[in-house]
Amino acid sequence: MRLVFEKRNSVSKKAIVLVPVVSFLVSLILTGILLIIFKTNPFITYSSMFVGAFGSWINFTETLVKAIPLMLTGIGVGLAFRLRFWNIGAEGQLVFGGVAATWVALFWSNFLPPFLVLPTAILMGIIAGALWAGIPAFLKVYLKVDETLVSLMLNYVAILTAQGLYYGAWIDPKGMGFPGTKLFPKSAWLPRFSGRAHVGLFIAILLGLVMWVVLNRTKWGFEVKMSGHNPRAARVMGVDIGKTIITAILVSGAFSGMAGAFEVTAISHRLQQGLAIGYGYTAIIVAWMAQLNPIASLFVAVLMAGLLVGGDQVQMMMGLPAAMGIVLQGMILFPMLAGSLFTDYRLKIITKSTKEEAA
Amino acid sequence: MKNDQNEKYPIVEMIGITKQFPGVLANDTVDLELFSGEVLALLGENGAGKSTLMNILAGLYRADKGKILIKGEEAEINSPKDAMKYGIGMVHQNFKLVPTMSVAENVVLGLDSENFVLDLQKVSSRIKEISNHYNLKVDPGSIIWQMSVGEQQRVEILKLIYRGAEVLILDEPTAVLTPQESGELNRIVKQMTGEGKSAIFITHKMDEVMEFSDWVRVLQKGKLVSVVRTQDTSPKELSRMMVGRDVLFRVEKKKANPGEVVLELENVKAMNDKGLEALKGISFSLRRGEILGIAGVAGNGQRELTEVITGLHKVTEGRVIIGGKDMTNKSPLEVIKSGVSHIPSDRVAMGIVGDMSVANNLAMKEYRKAPLTQHGILNPGRILEMAKKMISSFMISTPAPYTSVKFLSGGNIQKTILAREIGACSTLLVAAYPARGLDVGATESVRKEMIAERDGGKGVLLVSEDLEELMSVSDRIAVMNEGRIMGIVDSAEADIESLGLMMAGVPMEKGK
Repeated sequence: MRLVFEKRNSVSKKAIVLVPVVSFLVSLILTGILLIIFKTNPFITYSSMFVGAFGSWINFTETLVKAIPLMLTGIGVGLAFRLRFWNIGAEGQLVFGGVAATWVALFWSNFLPPFLVLPTAILMGIIAGALWAGIPAFLKVYLKVDETLVSLMLNYVAILTAQGLYYGAWIDPKGMGFPGTKLFPKSAWLPRFSGRAHVGLFIAILLGLVMWVVLNRTKWGFEVKMSGHNPRAARVMGVDIGKTIITAILVSGAFSGMAGAFEVTAISHRLQQGLAIGYGYTAIIVAWMAQLNPIASLFVAVLMAGLLVGGDQVQMMMGLPAAMGIVLQGMILFPMLAGSLFTDYRLKIITKSTKEEAA
Repeated sequence: MKNDQNEKYPIVEMIGITKQFPGVLANDTVDLELFSGEVLALLGENGAGKSTLMNILAGLYRADKGKILIKGEEAEINSPKDAMKYGIGMVHQNFKLVPTMSVAENVVLGLDSENFVLDLQKVSSRIKEISNHYNLKVDPGSIIWQMSVGEQQRVEILKLIYRGAEVLILDEPTAVLTPQESGELNRIVKQMTGEGKSAIFITHKMDEVMEFSDWVRVLQKGKLVSVVRTQDTSPKELSRMMVGRDVLFRVEKKKANPGEVVLELENVKAMNDKGLEALKGISFSLRRGEILGIAGVAGNGQRELTEVITGLHKVTEGRVIIGGKDMTNKSPLEVIKSGVSHIPSDRVAMGIVGDMSVANNLAMKEYRKAPLTQHGILNPGRILEMAKKMISSFMISTPAPYTSVKFLSGGNIQKTILAREIGACSTLLVAAYPARGLDVGATESVRKEMIAERDGGKGVLLVSEDLEELMSVSDRIAVMNEGRIMGIVDSAEADIESLGLMMAGVPMEKGK
C-alpha cells in the first residue's frame, strides 16, 4: 500500500475552510501533550483560558483590546503577503506609528485646535507606519534588496528609537525617572466604549470590509492579485509591478501604523514600555490563518487575542507561564502550513490489489 | 537496416500500461515493444500520452496498472536510478544540466559509482573516448551555459552512454535544433543502433518519423491506435492515424493585401539578461495586412526582439516605431495602449495567471477600460459576460468561467490567451511560438486566427521555429541568427534548404 498526493482538479473550497479549523484542533492536541508534561490537566487549562478570554463581558473587552491591533496588523501583513512581499516588519511599523502619534499628542496639542489633535495624531501614525514599510519596499523595487531581512531589522531600529525617546528626550520630567512620556492631553485620547475597549474596533472592522471590497472589486485589487500570483505575466499585461508593490506596502504599513497610534492614544495615553509586545509578529499568524482574507482576519484576530488574554489568565490561576498562550499560537502555524497542502492536493491510497487487477 | 528477425529480441516490453491523472486518463492499457538495434517513434497529438508513457518507463511516474518487462523479465522501476539500472535513460525536453558546471562534473553528478574524492581526470578521459567514438565533439572541460543547445543535447546523450544506457528515450529532440543539427543527431542515433543499442523518440513531426525510425506507434487520447513499420507507411497516413482525419498542411489563405507600415525597427540593439549583446542591429518593417515570420533556432535573439517591441526589454540603440509613433523604450502599458497584442513564448509563465479564473484571465487586457471598470471599480458581471462570449467563440473547453486557468490543458490555455489578445488587438499582433506544443487541431485554429488578424488589417509578427508553419502562414520570412537578420525572403519563394543555411548563420547572398 502506498500513499500518494494527487493534484486536485480545482482548488478545494472545503479545504480552505477546514484547514484552519483542523489546524487549530491539532494545535490544541499538541499543546495538550505539552501541558501533560507540565503535569497540568489540559482540559482544565483550556476551559480556564476560554473563560479568561470570553467568559464575561469584562474579560471579553480585554480580548477586544488585544484584537484591535491584531486585526489591523493582520490585514496589513496579509496585503503584503498577497504580493509575496514578506513584510515581517509590522512590529516596527506599529511602534513607529505610535511614536509619530505621540509626537503630535505631546508637541502639537498647543498649536492645533483640540478637535484636530486626535485625527492628526492618528494620521501621522498612519503616515509613519507607511513610510517605515516603504523603506524595504523601495529597496526591493529599485535595488532588489531582500525585503524580509530589511523589514525585520527595521523592527529593532523602531523599537530602540522609541526606547531612546521615552528613556531620554521625551521622558516625563515629573515621572521620577520612570521610563515613559508624560500623559497625553485629553484631546488626544481615543474614546473607549466599554472597559478599555475603544472605538478603534469599529474602524478596524470597517477597514476589513473595505479592504475586501478593494481587493475583489477594484482595478488596483485586480493588479495586486495578478502581481502576487504571477508577476511576470502581470508585467507582460502592462501592470507596473514596482508601483503596485510600493503602493500596497505603503498601505500595509499604514495599517500597522494606525494600530500603533491607537495603542498610544486609546490604551496607554503615553509612550512607554509595552508598546512592542509582539502584535506585529502574531499578525503573521493571523494573516496566514485567515488565508490572507481581510474579513477572516477580523475573526482570527479575536481568536488570537483570546489566546493571549487566556494565557495571562492561566498564569494567574494555574501558575503556568503566560507564554502558554503564545506557545499555542505558534503551535497553530505548523499544522496550518502543512495543511495548506490539502487545498491543492488530495491523498490517494494505492493498494497492491489495484495494481494486480491489471496483471 | 538488418531484416533478420532472429537477431532481434524485444529489449523493452510495456504491457497494459494505465495511468490516471485527475480528470484525464493519460494512458489507457497501452502496449509497447522495442527491439534491440531499432528506433521506435512515438507519435501523437499533444496530450495523447506520449510523454506520460515515457516518463513511466524512465521511472519518473508510476503506472497505476500494467507491467514492464526488460529483456523478458519483469522490472520494478520506481525512480530514474532504477531505470538506469536496467539501461534506460531519457533526454528530456528541458535539459537536466547544471549550467555553471563543466561537462565532466555534470556527467558524474548523482552517480553512486564514483569515489567520494572525484577523479575528474579519469572521468574526462572516458568522456573523450565516448565523444570520439560517436563523434560527438564534446569537450569534458567546457562549461554548460557557454554551449549551444545542440551541444548541450549531445552532453545529455553522452551522460546516458557514460552511465551504460542501452535504451535512449528522446523527448522531442529536434524541437531546438537547426535542420543541420537534426541531421547530426540522426547520424549519432544510427551509429548507436548499429551497435545494438536502441532508441525511442517522441515527436509530432512526420518527416522525422520517416527519416529516423524503424517502427511507429501512434497514440491517440491515451490509447494505442496503430503500430506500423515506417517503411510501410507515409506521412499522410500517419497524420490520419494521429488525428483520425486528414489534416491540411497548407493553410488556406488569400493573397496578402499590405497597407501602411505598422511596425518599423531601425538598427535596434539590445542586451540579453547576461549583459551580452542579443540584438546586433535589427531593421525591418511590417505592414498592416501582412504576416512577417521570424525564423531561427531558439535563443538567437527572438525573445529579445519580441520584448523590445512590446516594451518589456530595453533598447540600447536604434528606434522602434509602432503605427508611426516612436515607441522606443516605452512602458509595456503604453505599447498595449497603442493597440499591440502579445502572445508570449512561455504561455504559462508569461501569458496567464494560473491561480486566477478563466474569466479574469480573459479580462486581463480589457479590465482597465469601461465597461469592465468604471471609476476604478470592477464590474464582475460584465467580466463574466465578456468571458462567456469569448469562451464560446474561441471554443475554450473549461468546466466553468470561474475555474482556475491552471487546471486547463495547454491548448485551452493558449486559446484563452489568444481570445484575450485578439480581442484587444488593433494594430499589431506579436505572436511567439503560438502553436508550440499544441495538437494538430489546435495548431490549425491558431494559424487560422493569425491569418484572420492579417485579413482584418492588422500587422502580425510570427516568431516560430517550425519552418513548415512559417512557410504556410506568413507572407515574408526573416531569418535570425545570433541577433542579426540573415535575410528576408518571400515565403512563396522560400525553401527549407536555404532557410536552414541562414538559420545556421550563412547570410542570404552566400546562401543563394
